[in-house]
Amino acid sequence: MNYVFQFNVVWDHLPELLAGALLTIQLSATAMALGLCLAIVCAYGQSAGPRPIRVLVAGYVELIRNTPFLIQIFILYFSLPVIGIRLTANNAAIAAMTINLGAYASEIIRAGIEAIPRGQVEAARALGLKALQIFRLIIIFPAIKTVYPALASQFILLMLSSSVVSTISAVELTAVANSLQSTTFRSFEFYFVATGLYLAMALGFRGALSAIYWVAFQRGQAA
Amino acid sequence: MGRSFGFDELLYLLLAIPSTLLLSLGAMIGGGILGLMIAVMRISPYRPLRWFTTGYIELFQGTPVLMQLFVVYYGLAVLFNLQVAPWPAVLLAFTLYSGAFLGEIWRGSIQAIPRPQWEAAECLTLTYPKQLWYVILPQAARISIPPTVGFAVQLIKSTSIASIIGFVELTRAGQLMTNTTFKPMIVYPIVAALYFMLCWPLSLLAQQLERRIDANLGAKRHF
Repeated sequence: MNYVFQFNVVWDHLPELLAGALLTIQLSATAMALGLCLAIVCAYGQSAGPRPIRVLVAGYVELIRNTPFLIQIFILYFSLPVIGIRLTANNAAIAAMTINLGAYASEIIRAGIEAIPRGQVEAARALGLKALQIFRLIIIFPAIKTVYPALASQFILLMLSSSVVSTISAVELTAVANSLQSTTFRSFEFYFVATGLYLAMALGFRGALSAIYWVAFQRGQAA
Repeated sequence: MGRSFGFDELLYLLLAIPSTLLLSLGAMIGGGILGLMIAVMRISPYRPLRWFTTGYIELFQGTPVLMQLFVVYYGLAVLFNLQVAPWPAVLLAFTLYSGAFLGEIWRGSIQAIPRPQWEAAECLTLTYPKQLWYVILPQAARISIPPTVGFAVQLIKSTSIASIIGFVELTRAGQLMTNTTFKPMIVYPIVAALYFMLCWPLSLLAQQLERRIDANLGAKRHF
């Protein structure tokens, strides 16, 4: 082993790497918010919708969960322009991440909905609440609270898989590391540091998600 | 103009499936061996072993598999001054990756075995390794099968990422065919469909196995 590590090159380019990391965070946070909304809509459709809607949602979930994220991005970014739908790299990335997360998260939330005791739904119905009211007021918050840990790890998996959007020239952290290593020939150093940044972001997101849990579900409940 | 997408092009895609499957299978076997060691070390009475394996799992579950692939691929090149062929590098990266996930899945299965099983084995004067091997692991193996099959689906999808460093498997074959035919609207949906055909049966199998094990555990709970 006679390779000399030169991390000072990485240090010089740190602002660019951090800008890439910032875009990763922006893309991920946007997709988390949109994906969660999509997932809740899908979960509602699957728990209370008519049969065609249920079949449609189930098909969407199975389709997304059994194909690679990379191919989903390629279809959104390279295939859709053929039929006239042109997305910028960042929008395609957000769309792909949202659609991907929506499928996984709706499946998780559905498990949470199934864990709600039937008696609560029956009591709400006895009070004359309508289906959407029952879902909105009785079901969704306890359901999300129950499955929150699984949801949080799915969010972090999403953030990690966002590295793949570098292939469609969205200049997030991986793409920045890619272009820097190709001009400086310090591939190992750049990827090593980028990996460290991803680890830090994963820990950061985990902390942020715990804080959100506390604010949304536990504040004011402590006896 | 490019070629049209005909039977030859489809055949090219189909012939890339064995690479995807071989890579997944190799990583599953390598990762299985690694994962078993990690799971056992993760619950061992020796703290340094637990710390080491916890760190390993955090590292590999907290960073994108694409970054792991880059670090292994370029790391091998600079650390040992050898330009490795894609096959061993990709296989090594995915083995390390699946080792972390399988290790965590199997640790969960081992810890799901009720404590009295350990105590009973100890009363029979079995040594720690024998308690683990003859009493705990066979029971843990049974409940670990559904999540392990589920992980196989995840692994098959992840191998698409190997295309990014030029490893020719199904996704890379799709890219190459897109480049020669200029028909992304045909090629990528076909690639997605091929992945779906590989993954969906496994997903269904995992679901079914899970239901069966749930049923068995449910039956036991009544006594």
